[in-house]
Amino acid sequence: MTTNGSGFFGRLNWDAFPITGLIQNPNTNEIVANTAAAIVIVGVIVVVGSLTWFRLWGPLWRDWLTSADHKKIGIMYIVFAIVMLARGVLEGVVMRAQQAAGPGDGFLEAEHFAELFSTHGTIMIFFVAVPFVFGLANFLIPLMIGARDVAFPVMNQISLGLTVSAGMMLMVSLVVGEFSTGGWTAYPPYTGAAFNPGVGPDYWIWAIVVSGVGTTLTGINFAVTIYKLRAPGMKFMRLPMYCWTIICSSILIVFAMPPLGVAALMLAADRYLDFHFFTNDLGGNMMNYANMFWLFGHPEVYLLVLPAYGIYSEVFATFSAKRLYGYNSLVIATMSIAVLSFTVWLHHFFTMGQSALINAVFGIATMLIAIPTGVKVYDWMATLFRGRIRFSVPMLYGLSFLMLFVIGGLSGVILANPTVDYQVHNTLFLVAHFHNVLLPGVLFGLLAGYNYWFPKAFGFRLNEFWGRVSVALWTVGFMLTFLPLYFVGLMGMPRRSFSWEDPSFHPYMIVAVVGALIILAALLSVIVQLWVSIRDREKARVPVGDPWDAHTLEWSIPAPPPSYNFAIVPHVTDRDDFAAAKERGNAYPSPDAYEDISLSLNTGIGFSLCVLSGVWMFALVWWIWWLAALMTIFMLAAFIAWTFKAETERVIPADDVRKQHEAWLDLVHNSTPVDRDHETAPENRGLARPDLEAVT
Amino acid sequence: MKRAPTHSYPGLNLGRRHASADKASEVVTFGFWVFLMSDLVYFGLMFAIYITMIDAQAGGPGPHELFDLKSIFAQTLILLTSSLTVGLAMLALKYNLPRWRIVFWFFVTLVLGLSFLVLEVRDFMSMAEKGGIPQRSGFLSAFYGLVPLHGLHVTAGCIWLIVLGIQLRIFGLTDLLMSRVVRLALFWHFLDLIWIGIITIVYFGGLTYG
Repeated sequence: MTTNGSGFFGRLNWDAFPITGLIQNPNTNEIVANTAAAIVIVGVIVVVGSLTWFRLWGPLWRDWLTSADHKKIGIMYIVFAIVMLARGVLEGVVMRAQQAAGPGDGFLEAEHFAELFSTHGTIMIFFVAVPFVFGLANFLIPLMIGARDVAFPVMNQISLGLTVSAGMMLMVSLVVGEFSTGGWTAYPPYTGAAFNPGVGPDYWIWAIVVSGVGTTLTGINFAVTIYKLRAPGMKFMRLPMYCWTIICSSILIVFAMPPLGVAALMLAADRYLDFHFFTNDLGGNMMNYANMFWLFGHPEVYLLVLPAYGIYSEVFATFSAKRLYGYNSLVIATMSIAVLSFTVWLHHFFTMGQSALINAVFGIATMLIAIPTGVKVYDWMATLFRGRIRFSVPMLYGLSFLMLFVIGGLSGVILANPTVDYQVHNTLFLVAHFHNVLLPGVLFGLLAGYNYWFPKAFGFRLNEFWGRVSVALWTVGFMLTFLPLYFVGLMGMPRRSFSWEDPSFHPYMIVAVVGALIILAALLSVIVQLWVSIRDREKARVPVGDPWDAHTLEWSIPAPPPSYNFAIVPHVTDRDDFAAAKERGNAYPSPDAYEDISLSLNTGIGFSLCVLSGVWMFALVWWIWWLAALMTIFMLAAFIAWTFKAETERVIPADDVRKQHEAWLDLVHNSTPVDRDHETAPENRGLARPDLEAVT
Repeated sequence: MKRAPTHSYPGLNLGRRHASADKASEVVTFGFWVFLMSDLVYFGLMFAIYITMIDAQAGGPGPHELFDLKSIFAQTLILLTSSLTVGLAMLALKYNLPRWRIVFWFFVTLVLGLSFLVLEVRDFMSMAEKGGIPQRSGFLSAFYGLVPLHGLHVTAGCIWLIVLGIQLRIFGLTDLLMSRVVRLALFWHFLDLIWIGIITIVYFGGLTYG
């Protein structure tokens, strides 16, 4: 167990800080490591400094950190995801630069390169894709189903806190100690104590366990919200497609997160308590880990991509000015994918010793997933067909997705064949495949959603020009970076190699690094777009709330929405209820009576658990046992103390609701409706001139 | 459309006497069921791991040397009885019996839960004396990954009983607390269910196949 490191600070000492390495052994590798650490430290100083300078601590605490409002929690999730995205992209660029610097060893050491691909994968999946998906869903689900908040607003806040504190562990690992070198999958026995006694795998384990708890709670929250809090008349087959994808994702979370938690905790038992779940000796069996990890890992990718499908469904329908084509088939396809995703995990390790029969069964199950996915692609194209298409930013992301995603999907069908998989497994072909589904699939979808719903969240549209620039950069950058990897993969270049010798790989590596730089530019263009949009926000305001002539309920309320979302809970009579109301001409009715609305009070429990769990993880990683015990007690005490709070809700009087709502209705009646030709012009104040001939 | 309160959520409900609390707990009770499903997957996986590792004894002590069925029988009786008593607390709440009846049955449940834990820890200690420690083999790791996980859940349930008992004394039977009683009862029955799995698979299964 604990042979050394029984002191006050456990096994933490000066060697844990990268600056020590730089002083002892100045080289490029150490400079890169120190630059990364410096970026984190400078980033923290800049954030803390500007918050103090602009005196924003109070508002930050009152309006954001303690808020249980699903919209604010959603926005905080997305901010967190974008910060982590910046780190993940930078790591990707460094990795491509390392491989482009070959043939030979490049400028990084092997260990450092291994840390890079481990953190890159862990961050991009758990701390970019997941929080981005959750952020959008948090913001949208109650608005789409006509609810005032999610089912458990405080639990929502706790989920955010746990996800952020786990993500912070990855930032801390840059400055104190090192991260795992075992990849995002962290296979034992390599990550076991025998081969990896350092802190790296421990950072991975606790970040995964804590964020996993947060994710599970969110899944429960979303599922219950959609099952139980739908507005009257919002039957299941009237739900927006996006809500269906979130139901499926939530089901996947509830059943697929436990395997990850179990696997990570068992690995922790092996490492900390000398158990023998996955060790090479005394009966341990690492195949149990591989099975459990992918029992989680495969549903996980659908958990991420299904919500993106949902976003595309909304985007294609809105920007084609048509009803979504084949709604029923899309619902069935989504559910089929969710169910099938539990039956294919073994295709991640075809080469690890199963019989040919078992490989064949899982290979066929994997190929089956292409069927519902194909149904979806045809439904989306049929939605576009003869629509009144506007090439706005979300639509451009969608079109880029349609073309590129099909390539990624087809390469997946190729990999699903075990005989082919034996040839290309563990090569860059695989890396090309999953980036090809994750970038155009998940990331483009999330960025489309970000552009599409931004005006709803903040009350002004994002800059169209910079949006188009960033679509172009993401698309070109993606193609240049990852399509060459298919070729070098087929030529036999293994993934995760910090060094290579075959000169025929070289041209592809050069193209890929150019692509990576374009992706970096794409990320910058997203930030520039945000900055320009905030600067020019007065010209892009859409207070009425419906800038795109959209179909679903969230567009029927002001932008930004009031804290209670709906002044009057809507009664839903149609699938695209708001579109139908606009067609009938009564989209903005004046209600006869208003009622008091009760909402969750602000609470600090989520933030407290965020900080406490962060310190707890740090203490466990560094074997500071007294601190870990103390934090366990504190977390329990904080939670129990919170359950003693009798008052959990505040009431907004009906009179206030009436005043706000009537002011907004006046605005609606005094605004000039705009048609789709002027959608991106300053006169678009968010009141749409009905333009839905194609709908019926 | 008005639904009869008895069908608002699965399981024992608060009934007509507490209509507002019953309505208020509909969403949260449903959410708790979803949580239990997720928790059940944890246990399901640990059972699967145990089954795959029954043979991984690596020359160490196995089920026949380590398991003491008399103690397991006693633990089973205690835990099943505690499920009855927590059910009686729930019935006392549903049929509006005096509040001390609820607290009394909570207390009995707590005593039973703690005795269960004492017996379980005694078992672990006697296993350790015979060399049955988790560090010895994959089989023992799987055993100690699963059975104490259940014990940890029972511990959490005991803490919950104490906290909720105190809250009932302070705040009385508010809607919120009634809904918590419903969920605690669900949780406790869930622990019982897992224990049935443990005696069947871990103990009987271990003795049969180990």
